[in-house]
Amino acid sequence: MARYIGKRLLISVITLFVILLVLFLLLQFMPGSPFNDQKLSPEQVAQLKEKYGLDKPVIVQFFQYVGNMFRGDLGVSYALSPNTPITDLLVDRFPITMKIGFFSMILGTLAGLLLGFLTAFFKNKILGFFYHVLTLLGIAVPSYLFAMCFSYFLGYKGAVFPLLYDFRSPVSSSVMPVVAMSLGVMAVIARFAKAEASDVMKSDYVLLAKCQGLPNRTIILKYILKNSLMPVITVMAGLLVGLLTGSLVIEQMFSIPGVGGLLTNAISANDYSVVIALSFVYSALYIVVMLILDILYCVIDPRVRLGGKAE
Amino acid sequence: MAEVTATKEYTPQPEDFVLAPAEMKSSTAAEAVGGVKHETLKRFFAQKSAVAGVVILGLLILLAIVGPYISGHSYDAQDLSRANMAPRVPGLASMGILDGSESVPKTSGTVTQNKYEELGITDTYYLFGTDTLGRDMFARCFMGLRISLVIALIATAINLIIGMNYGIISGYFGGMTDILMQRTIDVIGSIPTLVVVTLLMLVLEPGMGSIIIALMLSGWIQMSLISRAEVLKVKELEYVQAARTMGAGHFHIIFREIVPNIVGKLVTQIMLSIPAAVFLEAFLSFVGIGMPAGTCSLGTLLSDGFQNALLHPYKLLPAAIIMILLMVGCHLVAEGVKKATE
Repeated sequence: MARYIGKRLLISVITLFVILLVLFLLLQFMPGSPFNDQKLSPEQVAQLKEKYGLDKPVIVQFFQYVGNMFRGDLGVSYALSPNTPITDLLVDRFPITMKIGFFSMILGTLAGLLLGFLTAFFKNKILGFFYHVLTLLGIAVPSYLFAMCFSYFLGYKGAVFPLLYDFRSPVSSSVMPVVAMSLGVMAVIARFAKAEASDVMKSDYVLLAKCQGLPNRTIILKYILKNSLMPVITVMAGLLVGLLTGSLVIEQMFSIPGVGGLLTNAISANDYSVVIALSFVYSALYIVVMLILDILYCVIDPRVRLGGKAE
Repeated sequence: MAEVTATKEYTPQPEDFVLAPAEMKSSTAAEAVGGVKHETLKRFFAQKSAVAGVVILGLLILLAIVGPYISGHSYDAQDLSRANMAPRVPGLASMGILDGSESVPKTSGTVTQNKYEELGITDTYYLFGTDTLGRDMFARCFMGLRISLVIALIATAINLIIGMNYGIISGYFGGMTDILMQRTIDVIGSIPTLVVVTLLMLVLEPGMGSIIIALMLSGWIQMSLISRAEVLKVKELEYVQAARTMGAGHFHIIFREIVPNIVGKLVTQIMLSIPAAVFLEAFLSFVGIGMPAGTCSLGTLLSDGFQNALLHPYKLLPAAIIMILLMVGCHLVAEGVKKATE
């Protein structure tokens, strides 16, 4: 197991380094410069470049950059809010994005597990129909369309929830974005949970447990639930990526002061130090979560440990 | 006893050596494969949901081809006097539904207005209404569908070629090749698509080509993982070993023996990649780094519709419904193929 974790760690570190290199190289090819202001004379531009270390050779800039990143210094914003350290920009925004993402994930996972397991246990026609419609819609409809739908009926027509994020009432104003984002998660988890539970229910050991006369409750809780819950962890990594993407649009729609909105603004303002820093933060976050999920799965499922690879 | 002697004394007759008659030919390899294909198709079309998916996709493709021309209005002709007209459908209009009237909130309260009557053009019909520049939404929606589909199809085709070959080479040759190729994928796959795509779109000129490249960079990995897994399953089977013993080359084994047997999985993956590509295109246009302004795709239509969706929901609805139908259609077909080939 130590070998497996070591291997995963090594891959993660290499990936992070590759990402930094790619980010940095992309920076060099970016169109436009943060000093596009026509009022600046060439001398002033040169001065600014010197100030931010942009006049040094590319290699030096790269290692400077990597060093800064690992020290937690993400650089300063050039255009969006000049001279503000990006870390400062993130401090307020990060918790909001994390909270909304976290609750969407939890809500979606719980609803998905419930829907999937119930459909697998009770082979009920009406429930099956609901399952099919809900999962198909959850997969087919992007989160921002759900969000728009909620905004129109619940926010605009019904006035049940506020249309825009309001930090004075963070709970009621986050309901619509969280639910909109969780529906996609729910659909994927429900499908996976149903498939896993159906497989487990057909397995020999469940049949054996039934033959031994174990009570239904024990069979469901100890045999079926436990064994079909584990593989669900594997799909969660993929869902997280979907949430990251979805949050970008959702945050813009509800004007949630989160990281996604910052990224969209930075893109349109050509503030590439912010874009690069956020890309790094997103990638690092993603890699760390993937690593944790993989290790968790390896701890839970001995086959991964012995086989040496999570499939 | 007499029978045994009879067989011993049997002399082969010339008619024992004629070719088998046509009705016995089903035992040849080609016929057997044809039979399997036929069976798979039969199983596919036996599923109601799969047929529904095929019908939905067929209709959408047909409309993507002819849709921009059948409304009688061009998709990019602007007429500011006819901006923001609500949908008006012939036939239904006389019954009072979808007759072009809409309730608009004004400072003096909600007002019901009908721009067709105000302009005196009650004989003109915009099935999906018009946008803020007075362009026909019907023609625009299907033009957008066409462009989104073209982007998705090209991107998926490229992904298929790269991913399939990568996966097959990695799985088929195994050993060091496999390890190197898989570690590379581990690294590339750990970079969030969002990051790759966003950065790429910033570097490249906005447009169709850039979106295809962005989709390509992230989409082939899944395809290659699936091909590899399937190759690993298939490559030790008897018929592949038989081909190998008979001295078949790698190229023959891969493309004549292995590929035909993993087609089912690949088709499923293709049907899932197309909606994913449409999704990503829509997302990019939405964030403002997709198709440039002025062109139309499902993404730009959705993002334009969002601008005033609360006031004029009919601007968002058609494009959203087309996109959802496309997703549903592709998923239904993918499920059908999966079930039919299992």
